[in-house]
Amino acid sequence: MYRRKVMAGVVLAGALGLTACRQDMHNQPRYKPFAATSFFGDGRSARPAIEDTVARGQLHLDQARYTGKENGKDISYFPIQITRADVARGQERFNIFCSPCHGRLGDGHGMIVSRGLRQPPSYYDPRLVNAPVGHFFDVMTNGYGAMYSYASRVPVDDRWRIASYIRALQASAAGASAGASQNGAASPQNGAVSQNGAGQSGRAGGLQ
Amino acid sequence: MLLGGTLAVAYITDRGDWTTSIRMAPEQPIPFSHKHHVKDDGIDCRYCHTGVETSGYAGLPPTETCMTCHSQIWSNATLTQPIRDSWASGKSIEWVRVHDLPDFVYFNHSIHINKGIGCSTCHGRVDEMPLTYRVNNLYMEWCVNCHRNPAKYIRPKSEVFNIEYQYPANQAELGPQLVKEYHVQSLTDCVTCHR
Repeated sequence: MYRRKVMAGVVLAGALGLTACRQDMHNQPRYKPFAATSFFGDGRSARPAIEDTVARGQLHLDQARYTGKENGKDISYFPIQITRADVARGQERFNIFCSPCHGRLGDGHGMIVSRGLRQPPSYYDPRLVNAPVGHFFDVMTNGYGAMYSYASRVPVDDRWRIASYIRALQASAAGASAGASQNGAASPQNGAVSQNGAGQSGRAGGLQ
Repeated sequence: MLLGGTLAVAYITDRGDWTTSIRMAPEQPIPFSHKHHVKDDGIDCRYCHTGVETSGYAGLPPTETCMTCHSQIWSNATLTQPIRDSWASGKSIEWVRVHDLPDFVYFNHSIHINKGIGCSTCHGRVDEMPLTYRVNNLYMEWCVNCHRNPAKYIRPKSEVFNIEYQYPANQAELGPQLVKEYHVQSLTDCVTCHR
């Protein structure tokens, strides 16, 4: 009996010896992203940018591109080149960030709305069909009504690509109601065709 | 018998769920359910983990992301109170890291995502986790297992965020094909991860 106890003790001690206990190398004196710290008063190791500083490559002088406005008015053209690939990218980003509330069709019947969020307007509402494209960029950037800003989540050019996809959705609906004529769908108003001549987004009316 | 017993206990101590914390959800400030948000609501991984395609770290959503919906939904619930407290005070919600790699390992999410390794390959069916836990032990052998033979685990880029993805019957053919197409290198140098 005594022998057995000793043996069990030896087994346990040996086993513990085989599994290392020290964690010095695992937890080194450095911070992982978002790790907590006692050094700063707010407890964050990730520091916010100091006010009014501009990071390299983030001097946003192109007002139209970064605000969607010129002289305080929403612009009605795309300030970046929009190709078919951009509309496809816009579709992907739309489905990630917008469809939870706006629905994949953009009709305002997203899943989160069925959970109780205030229903957003349909993109097929004449007010939005006729709105200049800068309006959509502005809403994504600054929020609107119940909608929060997506500026920290969706990069600038992706917001323009999403706007191009919204135009494609509107154009496809217009095309469908016009009997889906081949050219009828390809004439969305208010800036689906970019100024620098790469206006392929109009042709993307059939992209679904 | 003494040696055998010692090795057996050591093995269990080293690999057991208790040591590796597999399938054990740490207590969080809010009992956040991926199951509810991913499966029931259909929210894409990238809606919250916005950095996963472009940076090493997938990104934990700021309180603003929670408030996007929870300023209106469950806006009086006790469970979501810490979100509103954080929003009002500007203090961070102190989530507990579930996947805590040792500090001597370098890992980058974006390269895996952009080369056809799906979220669920490492994180499992997060959409079926009411509370978040790990399904893999993150041991080196586990990493190396894939680094030696990525063809076994690779999937088409279009399926990376499909959490229900099942490997097709012809993975043995598709895998090597994708490895070639995406220029995946089988990196097994020590310095790949220990830099």
